[in-house]
Amino acid sequence: MSRVLMKGNEAMAEAAIRAGCRAYFGYPITPQSELPEYMARHLPAAGGVFLQAESEVAAINMVYGAAGAGARVMTSTSSPGFSLMTEGLSYLVGARLPCVVVTVMRGGPGLGNIAPSQADYFQVTRGLGHGDVHAIVLAPSTVQEAVELVGLAFALAERYRLPVIVAADGLLGQMMEPVELPPALPVPQAPPWATTGAATGRRVISSIHLDPEALERHVLELVATYDLIAAREPRWEADGVEGADVAVVAYGTTARIARSAVARARARGLAVGLLRPITLWPFPIAAFASAPRRWLVAEMSSGQMVDDVRLAVEGRAPVLRYTRVGGVVPTPVELAEAIVRAARPAAVPA
Amino acid sequence: MIRVAGRPRTLLDVPTHYCPGCTHGIIHRLVAETIDALAIRERTIGVASVGCSVFIYDYLDVDFQQAAHGRAPAVATGIKRVLPDRVVFTYQGDGDLASIGAAEILHAAARGERITVIYVNNALYGMTGGQMAPTTLPGMRTTTSPEGRDVRRHGAPLRMAELLASLDGVAYAAREAVSSPARIHRARRAVEAAFRAQLDDRGLGIVELLSTCPVNWGLEPTDALAWCEAHMVPVFPLGVFKDVRRAREPVDARA
Repeated sequence: MSRVLMKGNEAMAEAAIRAGCRAYFGYPITPQSELPEYMARHLPAAGGVFLQAESEVAAINMVYGAAGAGARVMTSTSSPGFSLMTEGLSYLVGARLPCVVVTVMRGGPGLGNIAPSQADYFQVTRGLGHGDVHAIVLAPSTVQEAVELVGLAFALAERYRLPVIVAADGLLGQMMEPVELPPALPVPQAPPWATTGAATGRRVISSIHLDPEALERHVLELVATYDLIAAREPRWEADGVEGADVAVVAYGTTARIARSAVARARARGLAVGLLRPITLWPFPIAAFASAPRRWLVAEMSSGQMVDDVRLAVEGRAPVLRYTRVGGVVPTPVELAEAIVRAARPAAVPA
Repeated sequence: MIRVAGRPRTLLDVPTHYCPGCTHGIIHRLVAETIDALAIRERTIGVASVGCSVFIYDYLDVDFQQAAHGRAPAVATGIKRVLPDRVVFTYQGDGDLASIGAAEILHAAARGERITVIYVNNALYGMTGGQMAPTTLPGMRTTTSPEGRDVRRHGAPLRMAELLASLDGVAYAAREAVSSPARIHRARRAVEAAFRAQLDDRGLGIVELLSTCPVNWGLEPTDALAWCEAHMVPVFPLGVFKDVRRAREPVDARA
């Protein structure tokens, strides 16, 4: 273990190299460009391949080719680039190829801006591409956790033979924090299904199944994997949720801010909890068995995760929300005020 | 020596889904013969593209990846970059390569990816039922140019072999046809040269092969061959546009 001060984007790149990633394909986009820049400086020295693609469309398809050839491979992007990668993600899922995609979310829609945002929640949890497509989505809230989740992402991708998304935001990508870096893992051999040449029988990597019943079998296998993931992989952190007047639900950067806001609200005598989903997909539904009087969902979007919270709570308690959009990061003070307001009886419509 | 009889080792003994008179079968055979001749079957990875030839992986006995529409050169790049000692080729149609995948082929060529591109041009979209492609001839009727391709409205056909030959990363670029035994003989040599450009680490090799689509052209198979000669060859001249025998020394800005 070594403790160093690193920018989030660079720390995720170093974590990937230490996790045995030896191929990176990507396209520059703010606020994540330090990640490919770090890879360009360090991956070749580690014996890996760095290539700047002509577009995010090409980058994700290079990832497909390298993953199919058995490499531990990743790409990274930000929201507009992620939109371009969703075509490729559908093919990666359809062909059951493991890879890691880091998205450092920024304000949208359209070109939006380069400020921190969580407005791609629906996209990463519901809209990864056409077809019945899901992938594990990990949402770090500190640079340290980003390092750990990048390592976990490769392990999960290979365990389930599916892409894994690391959904960070512009604040996490740009901030510097001290991090403990893990020891380097060995670079894996190509798995037996990889297309490395047909010396011992040929392999075909494909997502096409023309016969509807064959495609149904293929999709049902995917669904069985999704079910396995939903049973095994939900991750969250909970603090004082049971019996709270208000339990805040927040992830990523918003969860860090919520931690400060919760402390402020507690100092005013309120019983306030914090539930932080670490996996956005699968959503940690079991965590919502705890029973606060009210839930308050805080997110940097117009209100997207709140839908998952409502599905998980199933009407057992009111679900309120506090949202900032357009790349505006809520302050602990304003979020503490929102918690105090949520605790008032009048906060909940009759 | 070119083998003229018998099934190439790399060509699987299975019926294909191609329409009667379609020349994909001939081109598959040329690729299979080349892979055999170069003794590279066990270290070759093909990339199948979207179009009629998407199922090429059922016909050639090599490892295959199937790519999204137009993205085969990007997929091939990913494979070749992590397995530089393998032989990687794409097999793409004109809609795939010249339209939706124009950016991917252009940049793979510009980077000089050590891959081989078999580019099959039949002047329209075959699989989807005969729509206009960037290669559709002026005046040619398709389901989306029912009055014939109007150059004023739709532009003129893209000549990809010449266009790609202009890029420094391309070591070999040729266009041939498979409309007669003599043409097929030349095409076979071009396919091998395009693979050799990769094997010799010289750059990207591409062969554009004029192919027939009797069903969507509305012609008998033999008439389609004659139509290819009469109408396609004048618009898409045959020949070798580039054959760099040694890798070009790049101009280095740091020098």
